[in-house]
Amino acid sequence: MAVTKVVMPKLSEQMESGKIIKWLKKEGDRIQSGDILAEVETDKADVEMEAFGGGVLRKILVPAGNKVTVGSLIGVIADESEDINSVVAQAGGGAPAAAAQGAAAPSAAKPAMADRPAAVPPQPKSEDLTARKPVPSKGPEAPASPRVAEVVAQQPAASMAPAQPSADGGRVKASPLARKIAAQSGVDLKLIHGSGPGGRIVRRDVEAAQSSPPAAAAAAPALRPVAQPSVSGPEFEDVPLTPMRSAIAKRMPLSKAPVPHFYVTSEVAMDRAWALREELNALEGQPKISVNDFIIRACALTLLHHPGVNASFQGESIRVFHRVHMGIAVALEEGLITPVLRDAHAKSLAQIAVDARDLAERARQRKLRTQELSGATFSISNLGMFDVRDFSAIINPPEGAIVAVGAVRKVPVVTEDGLGVGRRMALTISCDHRVMDGAMGARYLQDVKKLLEEPLRLLV
Amino acid sequence: MVGTGPGGYVSAIRAAQLGLTVATVEDDRPGGVCLNWGCIPTKALLRNAEIVHLFEKAETFGITVQGMQADYAAAVQRSRGVADRMAKGVEFLFRKNKITLFPGTGSLTSKNVVDVKGKDGVTTLEAGRAVILGTGSEPKSLPGVAIDEKLVISSNGAVRNEAKPKSIVIIGAGAVGVEFADVYRSYGVEVTLLEALPRIVPIEDEEVSTQLTRSLSRRGITIKTGVKVSAVKPGGAGVVIETDGGRFEAEQVLMAVGRGARTKGVGLEALGVTMERGFVKVSPTMETSVKGIYAIGDMAGAPLLAHKAMAEGVVAAEAIAGKNPRPVDYGNVPSCTYCRPQVASIGLTEAQAKEGGREVAIGKFPFTANGKAVALGETEGFVKVIADKKTGEILGVHILGAEATEMIHEFAVGRTLEATVDEIMHTIHAHPTLSEAALEATLAVLGQAIHI
Repeated sequence: MAVTKVVMPKLSEQMESGKIIKWLKKEGDRIQSGDILAEVETDKADVEMEAFGGGVLRKILVPAGNKVTVGSLIGVIADESEDINSVVAQAGGGAPAAAAQGAAAPSAAKPAMADRPAAVPPQPKSEDLTARKPVPSKGPEAPASPRVAEVVAQQPAASMAPAQPSADGGRVKASPLARKIAAQSGVDLKLIHGSGPGGRIVRRDVEAAQSSPPAAAAAAPALRPVAQPSVSGPEFEDVPLTPMRSAIAKRMPLSKAPVPHFYVTSEVAMDRAWALREELNALEGQPKISVNDFIIRACALTLLHHPGVNASFQGESIRVFHRVHMGIAVALEEGLITPVLRDAHAKSLAQIAVDARDLAERARQRKLRTQELSGATFSISNLGMFDVRDFSAIINPPEGAIVAVGAVRKVPVVTEDGLGVGRRMALTISCDHRVMDGAMGARYLQDVKKLLEEPLRLLV
Repeated sequence: MVGTGPGGYVSAIRAAQLGLTVATVEDDRPGGVCLNWGCIPTKALLRNAEIVHLFEKAETFGITVQGMQADYAAAVQRSRGVADRMAKGVEFLFRKNKITLFPGTGSLTSKNVVDVKGKDGVTTLEAGRAVILGTGSEPKSLPGVAIDEKLVISSNGAVRNEAKPKSIVIIGAGAVGVEFADVYRSYGVEVTLLEALPRIVPIEDEEVSTQLTRSLSRRGITIKTGVKVSAVKPGGAGVVIETDGGRFEAEQVLMAVGRGARTKGVGLEALGVTMERGFVKVSPTMETSVKGIYAIGDMAGAPLLAHKAMAEGVVAAEAIAGKNPRPVDYGNVPSCTYCRPQVASIGLTEAQAKEGGREVAIGKFPFTANGKAVALGETEGFVKVIADKKTGEILGVHILGAEATEMIHEFAVGRTLEATVDEIMHTIHAHPTLSEAALEATLAVLGQAIHI
């Protein structure tokens, strides 16, 4: 009965086609829902593609190295006894041929919906996806998620969140059309707030989520090394845009131009946080904690008390988030990417350290999963490692704010006794003026500063 | 509330339900054009037309009727009785909801003051919170052609006249023109239907126009499309109509070229209420450019439909009462024409759906293959469902056939709930019903229709 068609997922708003880098499973392998089937190259990143159904990988229709349009059938998962000929036939006879044609592939196949009822049990894919939650064997996040849900549930604010299902498989209220669009575009319904009656997720909510960018955040001042001036050779060369650079180039003006940014900078005394970090990192068996982890924790906790900053401009309304999904900008050779640390407000410092490191490492290896690339409610960009004093970042719409973090510097400070040496760090928040005002941003920053200057609060 | 047409009286009642004190102003009878001169009385006439038709085809059911007489005057009288009853119903609802009715013509003298000129002089009403305008619309004519309601009549005359003409030329083949063509033809009038656009019921899907043209022509209605009328003057059998497609004459001409907003004398200009192409410009909560003044119904723009006015009336009342009403979804207003066979549609036509290169899947199912329709002897028409190929979203539905106007709501509800073809498909439709054709047309979208 269960035949699961594996199609090229839409992993970002701009994505029209994807290239299969490598199949991690081969024909005949037993597959469980949630298993990583293949690695896919998109315009933004290399992403691991999960199975949405279980069975045996009966057929690989598009071999590694080929590029196909979003929605194209690339493989079939089914029980051994299942007849998959009809499904395979829809790929247009010869799959690689259809694949090579790219845009022609979906039109050559029958309309996806036409055969869906016959081929796939009518369970929405996205529900299936989330019901099982990502279960990466090494991912420390997965076992934590039920606990996260408990923590959230205990907070009165969270109970107001519309349509926020419990992590134990609560039903997501969504219209059938919203479910279909979400399934086709890889949007996770559990991460969307519904604007329909009773918090029901309707089409416009999914479309809004689709158009929220998967990554990209900070206005990174040029990261490329300065070219050696030379007297001979050509005067210039035109380097073609990499897919990522091209995506950033398209995305950023969409933020900077329409979003009225304002900036608030504050200086934080990091002496105690620095000392605490050294003490924590000296402990046996504890994960190494970075300054950035302190900042993530401080920013996330403070957002709970400043929901107006954890908010997004929605045209007719402001969406205030009750959970903090922290986007963490990670610089790469060829650009940057902003993986999302979900429920950062509910994670301990140690958990943040582990998760953030895992995300950053996998970002560099281009091994992020779809759901780790979207859904941030707030972002942090840290250029401290480049010995930057301070800078301002571009907001990553539809988020309402981003914090830019400078280096922790040793500077002369005035103490009661005279002049001393202190560790200082600049935080600059960029805020969407449509969502909040200067004083809101300033008060938020003041509380972040307070937490970092009394860092024991971050441990309790 | 200035005007008590379908928008106005619904708005007044909703406002009263929400605890507001409501005064209404009406220069005719409560219920407006819809109840008195439009929707309701014409449905009564069309029912007569249908009964005549049934008698005429009784033979095919093995029933012989002798000496059948269809008295047109009696049909109009019955229609008036129906309208009276409905208007009284509105008066009853006003009493029930403690809504005061001020007979007379209302006009704004300031943003919250309405002068009512009645038989006994002027009454001044001052609104504490807001004024809602719902003054409706009136029939338009062609340039240089005066409607005298004798030779050249509008729907207002047509619905009142107890004498039927021997022959009539109807200019305009929208809902009004087509419905009167049906009534007159059923009572033996020679009917010529002229339309400037290339097809009748031009806002409907092209296939509907084509098949309806065939149906009406078969019944002896002369249809000329793509003709521009250049002159209408007395002569010949009564009136002569010159067009670029020939000369027509008839005892009467019915002008059914559309309706225009009634906005004169309401006091809009002096208050600086912004207009847009002849209609009052309104916000999603039906507020005009002047705060505290709301406008609903025909005067607030297309589509000029009673049910759209009612929906707007509710939104305006709720907004004034401080609720946060869901704005009217103008993309999901059903359109219904009550000729035989009936026309009903919602959403996009095939041509509109394909604009912009969207890939659509279309399912069509004829009533000839529907058991109930065959049993009823009403096999004309079809159901056509237009869906998005990728998501199965129901983009538009077009029904031509008996009871089409009742059947369309399955899709209206579906679209409101954002159902896709899958949900319609998995909904068991009772057998035998005409609505099974809706199910089959939906299955046809997926290439899975059973009964064809």
